Amino acid sequence: MRERPPPLIVGAGPAGIRAAITLVAAGLRPVVVDEGHACGGQIYRQPLAADKRDDRARYGSEAAKASRLHRAFAALGGDIDYRPNTLLWNLRDGAADILRDGTSRRFAYDGLILATGATDRVLPIPGWTLPGVFTLGGAQIALKAQGCAIGRRVVFAGAGPLLYLVAWQYMKAGVDVAAVLDAAPLPAKLNLLRALPLAPGIVLRGLRMAAELAFGGTRVQFGVSGLRIEGEGRVARIVYHAGGRERAMACDGVGYGLNLRSETQAADLAGCAFRFDPRDRAHLPERDAAGRSSVAGVYLAGDGARIAGADAAEAAGERAALALLEDRGLPHDPARAADLEHVLARIDRLRDLLEAAFPFPSHGAGDIADDTLLCRCEEIRAGDARRAIARFSLTEMNRLKAVTRIGMGRCQGRMCGAAAAELLAAQTRRDIGAVGRLRAQAPIKPIPLAAGLSIDERQHDPAH
Amino acid sequence: MPLLHRLVRTDSAVIRFTIDGTPCQGRAGDTVLTAVLCHAERLRRSEFTGSPRAGFCQMGACQDCWVQLDSGERLRACTTPLAEGMHIITQRRGSHA
Amino acid sequence: MTRRIDCDVAIIGGGLVGSSAALALRGMGLSVTLLDKGFCGAQASGVNYGGVRRQGRPSEQLPLSQRAHAIWPRLQQLIGIDGEFLRSGHLKLARSADDMASLERYAAEVAPFGLDLELVGHNQLRERFGVMGDLVGGSFCPGDGHANPRLVAAAFAAAARRAGAEVLENTEVAGVSRTFEGFALEAGDVAVTARSVINSAGAWADRFARAFNEPVPLERTYPSMIVTEPLDPFLSVNIGIEGGGIYARQVARGNVVVGGERATPLDNPDYSRPHSDGALTIMQRASELFGPLRHAQAIRFWSGTEATMPDRNPVLGPSATTPGLIHAFGFSGAGFQIAPGVGEVLAELVRDGQTATPIDAFAITRFSPASQPGGALKQQ
Repeated sequence: MRERPPPLIVGAGPAGIRAAITLVAAGLRPVVVDEGHACGGQIYRQPLAADKRDDRARYGSEAAKASRLHRAFAALGGDIDYRPNTLLWNLRDGAADILRDGTSRRFAYDGLILATGATDRVLPIPGWTLPGVFTLGGAQIALKAQGCAIGRRVVFAGAGPLLYLVAWQYMKAGVDVAAVLDAAPLPAKLNLLRALPLAPGIVLRGLRMAAELAFGGTRVQFGVSGLRIEGEGRVARIVYHAGGRERAMACDGVGYGLNLRSETQAADLAGCAFRFDPRDRAHLPERDAAGRSSVAGVYLAGDGARIAGADAAEAAGERAALALLEDRGLPHDPARAADLEHVLARIDRLRDLLEAAFPFPSHGAGDIADDTLLCRCEEIRAGDARRAIARFSLTEMNRLKAVTRIGMGRCQGRMCGAAAAELLAAQTRRDIGAVGRLRAQAPIKPIPLAAGLSIDERQHDPAH
Repeated sequence: MPLLHRLVRTDSAVIRFTIDGTPCQGRAGDTVLTAVLCHAERLRRSEFTGSPRAGFCQMGACQDCWVQLDSGERLRACTTPLAEGMHIITQRRGSHA
Repeated sequence: MTRRIDCDVAIIGGGLVGSSAALALRGMGLSVTLLDKGFCGAQASGVNYGGVRRQGRPSEQLPLSQRAHAIWPRLQQLIGIDGEFLRSGHLKLARSADDMASLERYAAEVAPFGLDLELVGHNQLRERFGVMGDLVGGSFCPGDGHANPRLVAAAFAAAARRAGAEVLENTEVAGVSRTFEGFALEAGDVAVTARSVINSAGAWADRFARAFNEPVPLERTYPSMIVTEPLDPFLSVNIGIEGGGIYARQVARGNVVVGGERATPLDNPDYSRPHSDGALTIMQRASELFGPLRHAQAIRFWSGTEATMPDRNPVLGPSATTPGLIHAFGFSGAGFQIAPGVGEVLAELVRDGQTATPIDAFAITRFSPASQPGGALKQQ
């Protein structure tokens, strides 16, 4: 009888780590594929080399969680088949294609837990490709993982809890944080008071950060619109509308982001059904409370399935692993599963309120100026997209992609897809959920032509 | 003036590399993106308009930081550790100035 | 409520063939309804390799191909965009003396058609075209080129719409039947009556042919393609290889499109994706053939659903069972270049019942049981 292939976990952030721990505890030896050089994902990302900062300095209030996860993952040792620095670039028919050091390999898996995480969601603004403009996540990685500031005098703009967190971390690191420009109006923040009973620690910490920023001399401005970044070859100033007039502020670095978006390409290639999610304003892979996708044996956990944060990712990673065990007929703990689902439901209610407190300024998408770059990779402007929509009577995202190249570049629409959907919906007066989503294509990220013919790790498997 | 400012690892081991032929020093633990932007204002120029780019997401998602080595090899700066002797080209041959 | 449309011609399938026929028919003043089950130009017409190539076609296709050849440079006037058509020339490579001999034979055979083929030797491949690798020579067709398929088919459909054709997307034809006066088509909440019907439904055309008692041995094939990131220009011509292997072109923006091997359908057989092995194989071959690709990155793979006939020739011409029905499908992975010519031919067939362009070799009757020495057709 041939050996049953191992389960595959994609991603070694909080969801993937907890999934791996759970599968190992049940006696399985999963393959864990992760693009990072070490575990932790983006939120608990580890530096390439020690830099004299301890976890407290690096991860702040989340240091204990980060240390616990890093240690627990390290303790798995040879109980997992861990593949760091490895890109999963295709999934098909129960086999995964991975790339490491420029060489492609393929192996069979049985059971797939996708914990692919998230990246910053953005809408294009004039000047967003200027050197010195980074996503909020990018600005945070520069500081936490590389120990660098993105400027001497920095402005953070956009929406979402990360806006205040990163600004505060920069201030604590001694950087001059000139302003926090929040797209949400102040009244939206009243939702935080409603969130207080659900997560007093998180809400109070956020309010404290905002207060410390303001007292530290940072201009905290709500209801900001009309953002524009200017400079010759690099950031020199940021211009914005607030309080009924236009203001400008000199700076040499900008962190910008509008909350997060899920990385769903692997779920798409795995054949998962998608559904529009109004809270994230995105098409997301369908899943049940346990994390089962529409495809048997494929499970979804963490921000890659829907934005819910690191704590939810941990719970969802473990819950998905329990579902895999159950579906495989292995012993699992139903009471634990129920507890985890309870935790996830509570965090989900909190996310509803946070999204209301930090709303995505989707109304701005219809106003993107025609000469603003919509697609960074292919350098397609908003006006190009609008003209194509009119000329070809377009109503659907993949047709917009086909005729304009939006989403066809190196990033496959990660950076422009949300904006292009908003723009298409606004111009055609359709609901954002009705314009469809960009279908993912392999490779999930660029791979070298000289990757070589795949080294097939399935040799033990006589079926192939 | 460089784009990034190093706050830690200022005394880590030196890694020598070049940017467009100019000798530079990075520090152990640097990504290529960090090493270049601690000296320079950009990583590359865009293919179609020649506008300067210096990365964006720093987590391997936006693909805006692909640079070339003088060997022709191409790499994503934000996810590649700096290595001794890298000769990094921030300007495509035949591209805009 | 059912919407009723009466028109001269109903066209099933809004690919490049159906869309260019719609435009040509509107030019003749006929009323047209163009129906597509999805979006016009979203299937094989829109996702093919983009080769605008006469070289390599069997000689019976060349009159039609030459007719289309005259249309490509006029796209701007015809559909409002040039479709990124580039008259780059097409270079077919020979890897062996046998393959070179085959190219020479072909050049002699098609000489009367005016393709102006030029046979080039090994040294010229590198000097003139920058092609490396273990090659004997090649055959160059200077008038051939390439274009952006995603734009061309969609632009024909848009131009047909502007010219007054009723273009109904996401409207799948559920049934079509012959009536006393013509045809009746049911498509969702639309009921169409028409004097003539064009079956240009691509990989879905066999269903409609069978409905009129004309079963055809149509097979679905799925090409496999990859595209690189934008690179400095190095490849000025559209490349093919005698005997197959890969084909490649570099677009004006710098991306290199490489095709070869076959993809396979997904669970829903209307959709397909390249296999990793196939894609890696053509990537490897391309990087061996062209130095600048050695360090290049592939950024996307794709496939499409093509209708392929056993003899690699299309089915084009009037139905043998049903007056007023015209078939145009089965272009066997080589429809992009000739499709605009096919559109004109179809319009003439509708209006005049005949065309000056020879199409007898493409008659559907070649697949009828009576004309098959082996007897009965193998049903799909």
